[in-house]
Amino acid sequence: MSLPDGLSRRAMLMKLGILFNAAVGAILAVPIVSYILSPVIRQRRPGYESWLKLGGLDQFPAGQTRLAVYRNPVVNPTDGETANIPCWVRNVDGQKFQVFAINCAHLGCPVRWFPQSGLFMCPCHGGAYYSDGSRASGPPERGLFEYRYKLEQGNLFIDAGQMPTTGAPTAGLTNIDAGRPGCA
Amino acid sequence: MRLIKAPVRLIKKVGGWFDERLQLATPIRETMQHPVPRQTASWAYVFGSAALTVFALQLVTGILLALIYVPSAGEAWSSLQVLNHQVALGWFIRALHGWGSNFMVAIVLIHMVQVFLFGAYKFPRELTWVVGILLLLLTLGMAFTGQVLRFDQDAYWGLGIGASISSRIPVLGPWIVNLLLGGPIIAGATLSRFFALHVFVIPGSLIAFVGLHLLLVLKLGINEWPMPGRIVRRATYVKEYHELTRKDGIPFVPGAVAKDLFFSGFIVLCIVACAVHFGPFGPSGQPDPTIIQTAPRPDYFFLWLYAVLSLLPPSMETPALLIGPMIALGVLLALPFFSGEGEKSWRRRPIAVLTILLVAVALGTFTHLAGNAPWSPVMDAWSGDPIPAPYLKARTALERQGALVFQAKQCHNCHALGGVGGQRGPELDRIAVELTQDQLIRQVIQGGGNMPAYGKNLSPAETTALVAFLETLHPAGQAPAQDASRVGQLGAR
Repeated sequence: MSLPDGLSRRAMLMKLGILFNAAVGAILAVPIVSYILSPVIRQRRPGYESWLKLGGLDQFPAGQTRLAVYRNPVVNPTDGETANIPCWVRNVDGQKFQVFAINCAHLGCPVRWFPQSGLFMCPCHGGAYYSDGSRASGPPERGLFEYRYKLEQGNLFIDAGQMPTTGAPTAGLTNIDAGRPGCA
Repeated sequence: MRLIKAPVRLIKKVGGWFDERLQLATPIRETMQHPVPRQTASWAYVFGSAALTVFALQLVTGILLALIYVPSAGEAWSSLQVLNHQVALGWFIRALHGWGSNFMVAIVLIHMVQVFLFGAYKFPRELTWVVGILLLLLTLGMAFTGQVLRFDQDAYWGLGIGASISSRIPVLGPWIVNLLLGGPIIAGATLSRFFALHVFVIPGSLIAFVGLHLLLVLKLGINEWPMPGRIVRRATYVKEYHELTRKDGIPFVPGAVAKDLFFSGFIVLCIVACAVHFGPFGPSGQPDPTIIQTAPRPDYFFLWLYAVLSLLPPSMETPALLIGPMIALGVLLALPFFSGEGEKSWRRRPIAVLTILLVAVALGTFTHLAGNAPWSPVMDAWSGDPIPAPYLKARTALERQGALVFQAKQCHNCHALGGVGGQRGPELDRIAVELTQDQLIRQVIQGGGNMPAYGKNLSPAETTALVAFLETLHPAGQAPAQDASRVGQLGAR
């Protein structure tokens, strides 16, 4: 028994079977791809960032730059110490603050503050920044990443939650070199 | 005699029973005894089998490590401590795996160089070469992900560097960072996915592609020893090759396999020796991001990349990082299709030999540079490296005060004196000969030429003292540089 166009019943059934499996595969692919993309989907909504308390203002004396640590807001039980994220808090004059990400704007190594020379230095590829976070020398193409901050009831809060990188300084961070032509 | 004959007969009987069902004995025997050109039974042809042997060693030691290792960001580091100190010979298995990885990358590279110089990638072995390139990428992938699983400070900040590089990919960068890290930061999810890559995805692909690579070698035959003047032509090569193996061939087993066996054994022995003598790699400090007193360094085989990332001009970095690997990969993949015919012998391919030499010298130089990383400030030179005593003898109070400023303001972190200190900036032993007093003051205050400006962080008194000290830095018997116009004006000295 053969169909008019020469397609046999068996060949037809095989093609239907392949089509059926392709459909099942497609149905299965949707949840699998969503699962793999979950870090990206999650970032878009509800987002990774939130306002975090860094501590009382008395911890950050005027005119000084101090290391502060916060617990990342998105945290898993297995994260251990890796969810403790450091950042540099600069109390400019008692009123104005700057909070810098620990990550060098070049490739993310931890920058260290040297109060004597007023420089942030990176141990990896030799980037250096001035006390206001602007680029001083080395491979970075921009200043340090800076978190948005607010002061409430004697506490310093920053908008953080994501590791800043050159290509993705993230919404909560501002490019401190923008609108500041000619660095110090 | 009967005592020996009985078990042999039993083994033969059992073997026969299995082969009646599996029917593998004949194809295996044919494969082992397939003829290869006599001259390929050479020490130049042992690197492929050695890479396979080391891969097998890595599989075994990897499984052994997985018995103890905990792929959790909070516990991985401690589980490595347990392996190093509490499990009997855990340190040795870790050392074997670590040294095995170094040897594997090295042997794969040597194998590739040999294949390239012997023209083995030419017709009809193009696909073997392409699969080989994939195997190289997978091997490097194993090396990088393995370094991540040793979840210490270097691994943590190395991941940060990986994320920062991927973030520069146009448009998709931020998403790729999140995918790579499995979340917003380097944390538990990051380690888990690198564990899955290192233990399932990449080894699985490696096994599959190694199988394909070997199948191609068997189907197409091992590359004959290249003779100057023996030209590869698509139309005639296969016939000529079969002629060669028929006329001047030997069975692979036992004819050619002996040197493979000896070399593989020798390499494993070298790995064991290195493991016993040097011990396991790390782990270095805990992966705690709040411990920032660290100078992360990549493992040996990525040191050249670390140097390149430090030395590229900033504006060229992103294009070089994103396009460079694509071009390199493209050239490697296209190679057999552009030069699939012609001369195989390295004696008649000077450009091929020069290319290898150039790449080797470049990689060697970058790796060597990364060994002492002259571009990085020495973070503790200002507090750790004193100014050599001769530089302070018979100096005025002001000059000595300047030496203090030199230390206290971290100048020493980037500038060496008497060969000690950072190498980020120029060594200052002769600076007084090179710059006049005014030039020194301007350089210190305004910076420039990759030096930060210190105007805001030095009082006038400190600047005066520092420059007074810098002016003493000239070889004995060579006067410091002077501003000619000023000398003329004052008519002094």
